[in-house]
Amino acid sequence: MAEDALFQFLLRQGDNALVLAHRLSEWCGHGPMLEEDIALANTALDLMGQTQMWLGYAAQVQGEGKSADDLAFLRDVWDFRNLLLVERPNGDFGVTIMRQFLFDATQVPNLEALTQSSDSRVAEIAAKSIKEARYHLDRSREVVIALGDGTAESHDRMQAALDGLWPYVGEMFMGDEVDEAMVGAAIAPAPESLRPSFDATISQTMAEATLRLPDDTFAHRGGRNGQQHSEHLGHMLASMQFLQRAYPNARW
Amino acid sequence: MVTAINRVDEALIWRWLDAVPDPEIPVISVVDLGIVRQVQWHEDEGGDTLEVTITPTYSGCPATSIIALDVETALAKRGIKNIRITQSISPPWTTDWLSKKGKAKLEEYGIAPPNPAGGPDRCPLCKSADVERISQFGSTPCKAQWRCRSCLEPFDYFKCL
Repeated sequence: MAEDALFQFLLRQGDNALVLAHRLSEWCGHGPMLEEDIALANTALDLMGQTQMWLGYAAQVQGEGKSADDLAFLRDVWDFRNLLLVERPNGDFGVTIMRQFLFDATQVPNLEALTQSSDSRVAEIAAKSIKEARYHLDRSREVVIALGDGTAESHDRMQAALDGLWPYVGEMFMGDEVDEAMVGAAIAPAPESLRPSFDATISQTMAEATLRLPDDTFAHRGGRNGQQHSEHLGHMLASMQFLQRAYPNARW
Repeated sequence: MVTAINRVDEALIWRWLDAVPDPEIPVISVVDLGIVRQVQWHEDEGGDTLEVTITPTYSGCPATSIIALDVETALAKRGIKNIRITQSISPPWTTDWLSKKGKAKLEEYGIAPPNPAGGPDRCPLCKSADVERISQFGSTPCKAQWRCRSCLEPFDYFKCL
């Protein structure tokens, strides 16, 4: 059970990075300007590198001789453990940046806590990833402010992005028995404990961005425990896993 | 000890590796960049094995696997038979590991070296301090795009990590 909880925890970390990386990579060649295109692709690349570390360790803990690639390409929707937030479709550039900011604002305190993990491999991966995550947060925060406090059009789009993504924020802070096991073993923080840091970051940022934080607390759930992913993940995997589905065991 | 004779001195191995260019910024070596962390001989069943420990700059940097291959090839060319490349992520790579020589070469090449202040202190081309950021990201994960307001040339800045 303890091993299984660790495996589930590692899948959650790895799948968040993987699904968000793939979403960002969908922008490649479609960014509103060259610099933004490159920035999104670079963020995707960092997250993909983090995915390899998390899923590589997950495969090792699972002990069935699988690789990070096996976990990424040979599982279907119900075996994914990512947050609903990261599987949301890209929408316009504002939605993509807002999604990134909401994720980064949670991921930085999450990784900070994980650098203190009792599991040395988890601590190592977190120490490697946190530097990249801080850079992502600096950037997504800056762009949210620039667009929120920009033109009337960009402001309205950023407000719409925030309102639309808000129901997917709560899931980031909802712990369950897997988290309890991780907290008990001092491997990971309770998701609830990340909320004050997240709240501080977003309230300050939204004030600067002249955006209004929604006051409702409704939250969709079902991503990080795999019980109810949205239909969007299935479509994304059909594209991401196309090669392995059409040509099983293809290698290059 | 027959085995000991076959072991090339580690200092010489470091010099050989210092001739292996970074695949994306060929003006500096993988040693200058701080990617090669350790060189160590081990006594294995099949004879002496040279273990080279490398660390990625950014976790998703696609150059890491090319660097591993280049390191192996360079050592094989010098006649080292048993080579083991190990990847390590701890402690995580930092731009503090860039050698002085590497930083000077970067600037000479037109890439502003990393600066703890968070941005380049001068244009690598005309040396003016009047510079501005274009984007936090650039052509590789380790670089950002800046521009000089004096000579008007855009240039790469090696991000501080």
